[in-house]
Formats: sequence, structure tokens, C-alpha cells
Amino acid sequence: MTETTGAINASLTGDGQARGGPTGSDGAAVQVIELRKRYPKSPADAVAGVSFSVRTGEVFGLLGPNGAGKTTTIGILTTRVRPTGGRALVAGVDVVADPVAARRMLAVVPQRNNLDRSLSVRQNLTFHASYHGVPKQIRDQRAAALLEQFGLGDRAGEKPDMFSGGQAQRMMIARALMHAPGVLFLDEPTTGLDPAMRLFVWDRIRELRAAGTTLVLTTHDMDEAAALADRVGIMDRGQLLALDSPAALVSRLPGERTLDVRIETGDQTDEQQCALVIGQLTGVVRSESVAEPGGPYRLRVSVKGEAAGFVAPVAQALVPLGARLAGVSLGEPSLEDVFIHLTGRALR
Amino acid sequence: MSLVGEQAPVLARRSAPAVDRVGAGQVFLAILRRDITVTGRELPAFLAQVIIQPLFLLFVFGKILTQLGYARHGYAQVLFPGIVALTAVLTGLQSTAFPLVIDFSYTNEIEDRLLAPIPLRLVALEKIVFAALRALTSAGVMFPIGVWILNGIPWRSSSTAVVIAVLVLGTLTGAALGLVLGTFVPPNRINIMFALVLTPILFTGSSQYPWLSLSHLRWFQVISAANPLTYVSEGLRGSMEPGVPHLASWLCLVVLAGSLAALTAVGMHGFRRRALS
Repeated sequence: MTETTGAINASLTGDGQARGGPTGSDGAAVQVIELRKRYPKSPADAVAGVSFSVRTGEVFGLLGPNGAGKTTTIGILTTRVRPTGGRALVAGVDVVADPVAARRMLAVVPQRNNLDRSLSVRQNLTFHASYHGVPKQIRDQRAAALLEQFGLGDRAGEKPDMFSGGQAQRMMIARALMHAPGVLFLDEPTTGLDPAMRLFVWDRIRELRAAGTTLVLTTHDMDEAAALADRVGIMDRGQLLALDSPAALVSRLPGERTLDVRIETGDQTDEQQCALVIGQLTGVVRSESVAEPGGPYRLRVSVKGEAAGFVAPVAQALVPLGARLAGVSLGEPSLEDVFIHLTGRALR
Repeated sequence: MSLVGEQAPVLARRSAPAVDRVGAGQVFLAILRRDITVTGRELPAFLAQVIIQPLFLLFVFGKILTQLGYARHGYAQVLFPGIVALTAVLTGLQSTAFPLVIDFSYTNEIEDRLLAPIPLRLVALEKIVFAALRALTSAGVMFPIGVWILNGIPWRSSSTAVVIAVLVLGTLTGAALGLVLGTFVPPNRINIMFALVLTPILFTGSSQYPWLSLSHLRWFQVISAANPLTYVSEGLRGSMEPGVPHLASWLCLVVLAGSLAALTAVGMHGFRRRALS
């Protein structure tokens, strides 16, 4: 993996620095100020007054369920969606006032495959670079290096129309890197990929971070956000609910440990009563229903102290209610707990 | 939570890198090169696609009907400039309309170019210029085909400049009309659009008849006058076969320039609407 890191480093800095370094007085690579977007004929704002900034060299994650406004935010920052209010700056450039200058600084890996099916794999990369004015010799070198790094070297001459999701995704990331962008936006970079490909993409993202590229990614996967992002913004219904490092977000949760409790309910069981009774046990901070429609009844119980010590009291408390403890898993609180705490809903 | 606000105005200043700042012209040419590369690879298929229809029109109307005596001798000389005009305008139209509908609605292939550091209107302009190049190629190929099928075509070397000017404006106008159709017509209506738009353009563009000869059929003359193809047909016919009554070349060039400007403006607006949300 060291070799690959070196190669990406070289491809970004060999002929010139990665663009879009510190530009603002505080070195922010991305600034979003009271950003708002309402699509025509939509009753609500897709993005409803969001503000954040991303430091140069940082991996910034926007975490939230589908429809939270993540993709719209990325769309505005990458000049494809016009905001209805607020401001957005990429590398100090206002994306509304000067979209052309903004596009020089950024690259985007979209959620949907938008590869040029009329061009070969290599041409997808080299033409992208030529759209950004990269001289021929450099774009040829860079394409060769990136194709190798992304495991596409032996398919360089093929057309990408029959590519799998993973191959297309690798190709889109490689293409985005061809003009050495200062800020790389990745919209749901691993959605739909198999586990091996997901880890491959994670590795490449970590290498890019090591090479100094600023990355903004969206995900609805809390593990991905926790694994990759220096800081995570949690979005829901167009709003940014919290923003900090994954560890800080989790540490701010009132409960320190969690039990994920599956409950087999009887005919007479009042589910809300279960949550209430367990919530009143000594040492329990919160007890929230995270059941999915049609699924088994599930409670997320946050407790003070060792979670294991609460298994027996929970089981006992359920008996008088006509319910039975069917399963329990103990865990450290995660970003999902943060999301549940903020919204009262499970992330997925 | 790290929110921002106060220092925003300071950050708004432009700070594109001084090195390696790309000119819009260079980006425009790179995008044009992409389209030429793709078309160049499928040149025979492209030519077959755009030439078969005018070739048959020329053969059946110019040769067969004349030989059988259903059309007057000399009709082929009236028809040929009209068929070149039709090839020029319709190839231009189809070369923008079809790919744009597919690009914007299904493949999203164009997105990489929409993210190039160049104003969106120049990406739209590239579509027009490239479609006009395709249309000029297919119109050019019609000349040897005319010589072959009709055993000679009307030609006066003194009017070469006017022929080229009419063809350039005609192909650009057809391409601009295609940009309008390709960006304003919803994708699920594209089939009906081609039936409702393409066929009327094909038959009301004075390519099979001289416009001035319609004076006894006033309503159809008025309809034909609204079709930009009429001015390409008349402009070419006037230059190549001046014996046939025709509209003045200057009038054709002025109307085409005006149509081109108007359709380009509308098409660019439509393109922007589709490119941004």
C-alpha cells in the first residue's frame, strides 16, 4: 500500500501542486453559510439553512439518511444546483458568482454512473484532464499511473459500458483525480459496492487524505463516516444537526454504554410500557424504540456503567409485562446512537 | 459546532491558481475534440445514417420520376439544391437534439463536460458548432452523390462563396433548432416530437419546390416562409440554378443569421435549464 500512496502523491504533486490549497484567511477549503435550497414545486426546503466549513486537508463527512439534503449540498458546492439562499465557497471561490473558477478547484465523484460510454477507459481520464487544460504529456503520465493504482491498467482500452458498479466507481475516482483537484467531493462513494471494493475505496480515500487532498463525502453509513471522516456533520431533513469529530459526537451522548435489546412481545404487551419501565430502571439513562416496521420490537437502552450488568434487570422487568428478552447486544455508542439521540429515529 | 460567518466577505475574493489557468477557448477545443474523436471512429455509420434519406429522395424524385415522365425534365436541377439544403439543416438538427435528450435523461455522459471550467453557454455552443460540422460533412458528400445519380449537378464557380455562406449559416441554424428541441422537449415525448416537427420541416422547407412558385397556394407559402430550411433551399438554388425564380441571396442570409441568433439564445437558455437544477 505504501507504493500506491507514493504514486498518488506523485500524481498529484509531480508536475504542480494539488490545487485549491489554503485560500481563505482561516484556510477553509469549503465554506457553507446559511445555505438554502428549495426545488420548484417542492413544499419544503431540501437544504434548510446549513452552515459549516471544511479545513484544507480534512476529510469531512456528511452523514444522514436518504433525502437529508446531502446530495443537494454537494450539488450546490459543485455548481450543478443553484441555491435559493445563502452562500457556498470552494477554495475561497463563490460557486454562484464564479462557477467557472470554482470548477477549476474541485472534482466530483457522483452517485450515479456518468462515465463517457463513447470513450475508452483511458480516454475518459485523458479527456477529462484536457477539459481542465492539463497538458498532453502530463495527462498521459497521470492516466497511466492512476489506471494502475485503481486496478484498471489491463482494461484501459475497453469501453466502460459493461463495467460493474465497483469498476465504474474506481474509474470515476481516478477520473476525478486527473486534474489534481484541491477539493474532491464524493457522493455516497461506496453505496452498492461489495465489501472488498468498499475497503479498496476506503484505502484510496485514506491515501488521498495523506496526500493532502481535501475530501468531502456523503454517506448514510455510520461506519463509513466513523472510519474515514475527521469531522462529521449529521444532516436530517435539510438541517445540520451536529458537527464534530466522530469521537467527540459520541462522547457528548449522555449515556456511556448501550444495550440493543430485542423483545419478544406477547398478546397483552404494551410496547411503549416496555420502553417506559426499562427507562425507569436504576442506572438507565434512556430507552428508545428503534424498531423497524414489521421487524421485531427493539429498544436501544443507554446506561451508566457496565452494560452487561443491565441484562438481568431488563429481562426481569419484562416478565410482568408479558414480554420476553429475545436477544441483546452490548455496544459502545456509535454515530447511529448520536443520530437516534438527535432525531428520535434510526438512521436506516 | 464550527460554524462560520464573520470572515465570509474576505473569503469571497477570487483565488484561482495563477499557474496553469486555462483559457475558455482551450477547453472549448478539448470538448470539440472529444466529439470529433467519437464521430470519427464511426464515420461510415454516421454517413449512412444521414445520407440514405436524401439519397433516395434524390434518386426517386430527381431520377425515377423524371425518367418516367411524371416530373418535368429539369426538375432534378431544381431539386438538387433543395436536397443539399435539407441534408444540411436536418443533419444539424438531429446532431444536437438526439444526443442531448439521451445525455440529459439517460446516460448523463455530458456531466463531465458540464463540470469543465468553462461557462455553460460555451458547452452549448460547442454542441451547435460540432453538429454544424457534421451537417457540413454530410451536405458536402451530397455533391458527388448528385453527380453520380443525376449525371451532373448545377454549379457555378462564381457563386461558391454564397453557397458556403448559406451552408454554414444553414447548418448552424439547424443545429441551434436541435438544441432548442433537445432541451425543451421532455424525453418521453421525443418520438412524437420528431413526428410532429421533423416531417413538417422536411416538406415545408422549399427543398422540393421553389418558394416563389407557391404564389397561387398562399397559405402553404406562408407556412414555408416560417421554416428556416426555406432560406437555405432558396439561397442554394439561387446560387446554383439562378434561372429558377428564387429569393435574393442577401435576404436568405439575413433571415438565416436572425434565426440563428434567436434559436441559439433560446437553445442556450434551455441548455442551462437542463444542466442546472
